[in-house]
Amino acid sequence: MKRKSRFKKLILLGAFMLPGSGHLLFKKNIKLGIHLLLGTIAIVLLVIFRWDRFINTFQSKAVDHWVAAIFIILSWLFMAFISVKHTCEFLSDKMQKPRIKTPLFLASRRFKENKLAVVSLYVICIFYLVAVLAPFLATHDPSAIDNVLETRYQSPSWEHPFGTDEFGRDLYSRALYGARISLSVGLLAVLIAILIGTLYGSVAGYFGGFIDNIMMRFVDVFIAFPTFFLLLMLVGVFEASIVAMILILGLTSWPGTARFIRGEVLSLKEKQFTEAARAIGLPHRTIILRHLIPNGISPVLVSAAMMVSTMIYSEAGLSFLGIGIRPPIPTWGNMMSSGKDALLVAWWVALFPGGILAATMLSFNLLADGLRDAFDPKVLMRRFL
Amino acid sequence: MLLNVENLRSFFFLDDGILRAVDDISFHVNEEETVALVGESGCGKTIAALSIINLIPSPGRVVKGKIYFNGQDLLKMSPEKIRRTRGKEIGMVFQEPSMALNPVFTVGYQIAEVLRLHMGMAVKEAEREAIRLLGETGIPEPEKRFKAYPFELSGGMQQRALIAMAVSCHPRLLIADEPTTALDVTVQVGIIDLLRHLQKLYDMAILLITHDLGVVAEMADRVMVMYTGKIFETAPTVDIFAEPKHPYTKGLLGSIPRLGKGSKHPLQGIPGAVPDFLDLPPGCTFHPRCEFGDRDCRKKFPMLLAVDYIRQSACYKHYKM
Amino acid sequence: MWRHILKRLAQAIPLIWGILTITFFISHMAPGDPMDMYLEQQRQRQVDPEIIELLRQKYGLDLPIHVQYVKWLGNVVKGDFGESFRYRRPVLDLIAERIPYTLQLTLLALLFSTSLGIIIGIVSAVKQYSALDKGVTLGSLIIYSIPGFWMALMLVLVFSVYLGWLPTSQTRSMDYEFFSWGQKIFDRLWHLILPVFVLGVGSAAHKARYVRNRLLEVMNEEYILSARARGLKEKMVIFKHALRNAMIPLVTILGLHLPALLSGSVLIESIFAWPGMGTLAVGAVGGRDYPVMMATLMISAILTIVGNLLADITYVALDPRVSYEKKKPV
Repeated sequence: MKRKSRFKKLILLGAFMLPGSGHLLFKKNIKLGIHLLLGTIAIVLLVIFRWDRFINTFQSKAVDHWVAAIFIILSWLFMAFISVKHTCEFLSDKMQKPRIKTPLFLASRRFKENKLAVVSLYVICIFYLVAVLAPFLATHDPSAIDNVLETRYQSPSWEHPFGTDEFGRDLYSRALYGARISLSVGLLAVLIAILIGTLYGSVAGYFGGFIDNIMMRFVDVFIAFPTFFLLLMLVGVFEASIVAMILILGLTSWPGTARFIRGEVLSLKEKQFTEAARAIGLPHRTIILRHLIPNGISPVLVSAAMMVSTMIYSEAGLSFLGIGIRPPIPTWGNMMSSGKDALLVAWWVALFPGGILAATMLSFNLLADGLRDAFDPKVLMRRFL
Repeated sequence: MLLNVENLRSFFFLDDGILRAVDDISFHVNEEETVALVGESGCGKTIAALSIINLIPSPGRVVKGKIYFNGQDLLKMSPEKIRRTRGKEIGMVFQEPSMALNPVFTVGYQIAEVLRLHMGMAVKEAEREAIRLLGETGIPEPEKRFKAYPFELSGGMQQRALIAMAVSCHPRLLIADEPTTALDVTVQVGIIDLLRHLQKLYDMAILLITHDLGVVAEMADRVMVMYTGKIFETAPTVDIFAEPKHPYTKGLLGSIPRLGKGSKHPLQGIPGAVPDFLDLPPGCTFHPRCEFGDRDCRKKFPMLLAVDYIRQSACYKHYKM
Repeated sequence: MWRHILKRLAQAIPLIWGILTITFFISHMAPGDPMDMYLEQQRQRQVDPEIIELLRQKYGLDLPIHVQYVKWLGNVVKGDFGESFRYRRPVLDLIAERIPYTLQLTLLALLFSTSLGIIIGIVSAVKQYSALDKGVTLGSLIIYSIPGFWMALMLVLVFSVYLGWLPTSQTRSMDYEFFSWGQKIFDRLWHLILPVFVLGVGSAAHKARYVRNRLLEVMNEEYILSARARGLKEKMVIFKHALRNAMIPLVTILGLHLPALLSGSVLIESIFAWPGMGTLAVGAVGGRDYPVMMATLMISAILTIVGNLLADITYVALDPRVSYEKKKPV
């Protein structure tokens, strides 16, 4: 008895120190186990190879280093927690709850069948991880300039995988730091747009009539502006800092979401469950937030994934024109801008940031495609039977 | 025999299994005869009809069987030859006339198109013939309707136009798939009369596919009852109404509301529901809903056997009826 | 049908008013006023305050904002877009010079993308689930995802820098003036190839996907089954009965693609040094040339509305159902 409990403690310790080991030991949920184990190994390798930076973090004042270090520690704790919790369940031999076939479960199963979409989801996750951990992954200081004449325009090599730019800065490290701007601008701008668009559209659709008419006319006017000209104007009026950029992108792209959420709500409004909710006297706010939006949200997710791709494109485009986020802050757009000027002497300056940008956009578009198929399966024609 | 179908099987190959929409059915249609294929919706009757002209939609296909039309096996014909048979030798009328007409072409154009294709008519000639056909199918002001788009016509008129199209090349066989189901009751009578009139005029055979026993009584010479992709009973119309020899047929007949004599009896339905095609009961597929169903019925599907010299039934217990 | 068109025209008027209003208020949202921003940009803070005051008065910036708005709106309706801070010329003249270049680029790109999109869409729908279809489906997503300005750089790198087949930028060669008539046309087209391709190819990919899916949807309709049951040849079924139905909504898509093409032209123009509205707008933003910024924004939005209006009218002309519904509401 005593021996058994010591054995148990040992296993739990193992699961804590090496997240995922418990899953593999009990051969349950092996997929999750492998993911946890790989995550652990990645963290361990990162910390070993960048030990000096990791330690220096706690003496430095650089915020991004702190963020990265805390992120590493938290993610390890999180994985350890999951691992220990599951291992406890395995040890106590609890039966796993049978899965109910909810629409969400079915959708996620269909999503997993789409290999391309799953791969793109992994790619996106890795990109975001890379962006957060950039201070530890970068091989050089992204803005260090010394001995320009010797170091400028070096073609790709082991030392500089993506080559160097006109100031001799390492493009690989700059691309890692650039990912932070592009990815966070994309995500945050989309969050703003979706939030405003969903609320605006559902209110218009729910109340209908005069209110709807006025609200949608405003959306019509907004949509008539070609995005890029509108962005140019706004960037011209407000200085383009990173925060301003997020706000500008977010505040200009909600009308599209609003328009189709409204359509969705208009059709949901006719459904019986809405009538039932109204019949039992729920307030408008509850009906909109609890009944209409959750039912119409799946196409929003699809369009959100696509919008991230467009936002990243717009940000890069503005920076490329030299009126978005300006150097020395590295973004993929302004890196390409300097690549354009150097096209004749150094092709790599434009190639790599653009290639990563394209890969990011493709991943988001593939993700959107996968989500669309998962939420909206093509039902077999049964009407002939 | 004009049409002779032997051991036809049409399956749908789906992700979650094989759906046996038509499972080993045999029947025939004589010249100038009207045969009804009756069953609840979702019993495979439309697929049986589409199998004949080899037009089953995508994940499905004819797996086995022979379909002799005029002595030739339609399933062995080249695609080009069977295409020339469609519309010319075998016409087809669909359930939902508003969906079976192409919305962006005028009705007249769509009729004339068939005439030009199969009869080799010139544009003017086809136009004249199309207008004549529209008139013959009882559409008032055919010259005006010739230029109308499908959505400008009422449901009954659309169905008449579709029938005009189907009979335009004087086919030997007309397949009418639920020709009256989508229409108002008052319009239904007109369509049935029209079909009977045209049948006499052109000496056509009609394969009538329907779930409406009223239409069957009006039109058919013989009836075949279908359930879960199989034929359960065949008999002349008169006999099947008088004395069904299959519990399923009896159930179907019992569920017709009647005025007059029988109206004191409560309406009888069939207990239970039509089973899922992918999860059919073993043996006789009807036994869970059948009043006579017992252990024997679960073993093997009963063969369609002659009960007397005019009818056949696929039931072990038909003697009990 | 005419009533429908008139109704649409009437609906466009408040839309244009909305565009003008939003443009005006965005430009006046800036901290300070446009003149401040302009001078700050020009680093001319040390200019005599009296002169600044005179400039303000000249451009009417000293008036209260609602007065400015009414005055400005009146001027715009009369076709007076003001004077460029930078070029000291009427904005309308500047735009009139630039707009043909932008239209040339976008309309050719629209033509190119539509024809390519339709052809590829049909081919991959007809051969559904074949390797070709799968390739097209994935390939179009990839092309659609590649940012146009990067693709332009890479194509310039390959076709202009390394192969030397196509010009790197500009609308015409240096010695254009000395060319014969035929050579001039050829030279113009030669300079158009890369920009039009880059601008149109993403939209072509989008349209190919749309046409494919739409065509497959239509092929599942009952009237297609019915057409086949009448013994029509497969070619007629696809190219007449299915395609006609599938193509009609494409007109709307064309209208929707116009703002995207105009947006894309900003980047493409700046890469190819194309003297269109896009480069004008970018230059104006760089120099805080407010009248020009406002005018390019308004004109681009009005072009979009005109494009949508044309698409709408074409749709009504092509689909018999729309005008009928307007005639006799059921």
